[in-house]
Amino acid sequence: MRGAVAKLIAQRVGLGLLLLFAVSLLIFVGTQILPGDVAQSILGQTATPQALANLREKLGLNEPAYMRYLSWLGGVVTGDLGTSLTSGQNIAATIGPRLKNTLFLAGVAAIIAVPLAILLGLLAVRFRGRWPDKLISGATLASISLPEFFIGYLLIYFVAVKLGWFTSVSTVYDGMGFGARLNAVALPAATLTLVVLAHMMRMTRAAILNVMQSAYIETAELKGLSQFRVILRHAFPNAIAPIVNVVMLNLAYLVVGVVVVEVIFVYPGMGQFLVDHVAKRDVPVVQAAGLIFAAVFIGLNIVADVVSILANPRLRHPR
Amino acid sequence: MSLRRIPISAWIGIILTLMFVFAAVFAPWVAPFPNTQIVGGVWEPSSSTHLLGTDNLGRDLLSRLIYGARTTILIAALATALSFSLGSILGFTAAVMGGWVDMVLSRFVDMLMAIPTLIFALVVLSVLPSTLVVLVCVMGVLDATRVYRLARAVAVDINVMDYVEAARLRGEGHLWVIFREILPNALTPLVAELGLRFIFQILLLSALSFLGLGIQPPEADWGSMVKENKDGIVFGVGAALLPAAAIALLAISVNLVADWILNRTTDLKGGRGG
Repeated sequence: MRGAVAKLIAQRVGLGLLLLFAVSLLIFVGTQILPGDVAQSILGQTATPQALANLREKLGLNEPAYMRYLSWLGGVVTGDLGTSLTSGQNIAATIGPRLKNTLFLAGVAAIIAVPLAILLGLLAVRFRGRWPDKLISGATLASISLPEFFIGYLLIYFVAVKLGWFTSVSTVYDGMGFGARLNAVALPAATLTLVVLAHMMRMTRAAILNVMQSAYIETAELKGLSQFRVILRHAFPNAIAPIVNVVMLNLAYLVVGVVVVEVIFVYPGMGQFLVDHVAKRDVPVVQAAGLIFAAVFIGLNIVADVVSILANPRLRHPR
Repeated sequence: MSLRRIPISAWIGIILTLMFVFAAVFAPWVAPFPNTQIVGGVWEPSSSTHLLGTDNLGRDLLSRLIYGARTTILIAALATALSFSLGSILGFTAAVMGGWVDMVLSRFVDMLMAIPTLIFALVVLSVLPSTLVVLVCVMGVLDATRVYRLARAVAVDINVMDYVEAARLRGEGHLWVIFREILPNALTPLVAELGLRFIFQILLLSALSFLGLGIQPPEADWGSMVKENKDGIVFGVGAALLPAAAIALLAISVNLVADWILNRTTDLKGGRGG
């Protein structure tokens, strides 16, 4: 029945929105009501009392905390993220193009990483226990432990500096052609791909192996189907829900990994924006960027939930 | 358990991890030069006096690496200790008390986990100074959410055992049940998780320091050493790759040990071990 599925999905989306609301509260509390004076920590110990008073006025620190939260939340809902303390510019207007850049980078990485991970996962299952499986497992164990900047700087050192195939700095600007843009994000996208590939592949392998222990797989094998056909036609469709879950979780991880990767390649995206303003202690920008990152993260998790509902035939065709 | 049954990969992990810990503990005796003293030119290549060359200010890179191991391992270990004590005690409490305590704690943890750890750490560090205490607290508290989930799940299973019921019937309080009944029986799965959490803390600390928001100069951990030397990469100077490789090597070594412990504990439970 369609109604049951729609109800389940509506529940998940509603829960996600509730979570997002709670997270906005948490981010606000994290930056405003911590012990110590926000104005003092922004201006440092040497600030004059007059400067402190001015900043408190500007931040609205003289009002009670819940009032500040409500007015901030009201602004966020209507698309007004406030103004930056350091540059005085409208935050929503500055963040827009940077968000686009980040989504472009993450999108390119995802388009490469997801099919590759699933393919390698299938291969590992097909040759399980033999050398391709062991090689893939060993490589994933290693790459899970590698920090993003190790992979990133290795690529810069060998591919950009020694071989000179790409530039070490990923500059993008308005009016840049699609091809040039793609060329600019090649190295950061490769780094991100390597960062998430291993985990995604390992989980794909585990999900398919889990299905491979079912009775109907044995039937298919006894029917005399080829190994690859069994995996592709019988095991894979039943492993879609867990695989989609893994993919979504890794895309969420990719959005976080983007912070470090953007700093490595000096790429003008959200991550670098956030880090710069944390260093400048520009609280309104940090809140806005933090909230956007959290929203993308929660959104991807909701999508994962919804897809696993849709992929479950028991929910689609109830008795 | 005999020493022979430890697989070769676990041996490699154990030996490398011990070497790192040894270098960290005895840094002043192991390192050939003092931590912050300028002993040569900028980015000198490796030579017999400076085995790994010098860094962006002319300090001995090997010595910096050894002292950096100290900071990295110390902070990561403290944060892991905090996250484990906090996470497991709260997780056990939630499982034993049940009801609204469990409800409130679990929903709060769900909320914290909805924000990626690195992002939330950045948000908090925008108003707090990056001191050692603040870093350990932020990293420990954020990671405690993961330990809480595991500890609660394990404790819920143990809580329905007959021996816990027996302890309750003879009138023991919640504290006794948590520390004398549940803790000893939940220790094995928690210890298996310990290594993975430690790696996660090392990677988080390195990322924060690399972004310039972790350890502040002149103190240095491996992450901030990558940051200091990253400009050399463009000129073909690989100094920044060494601390990054050290992080990777330590993480892989601990991972090898953790993997072995994890396999051992699943074997004990009669799992298929695959």
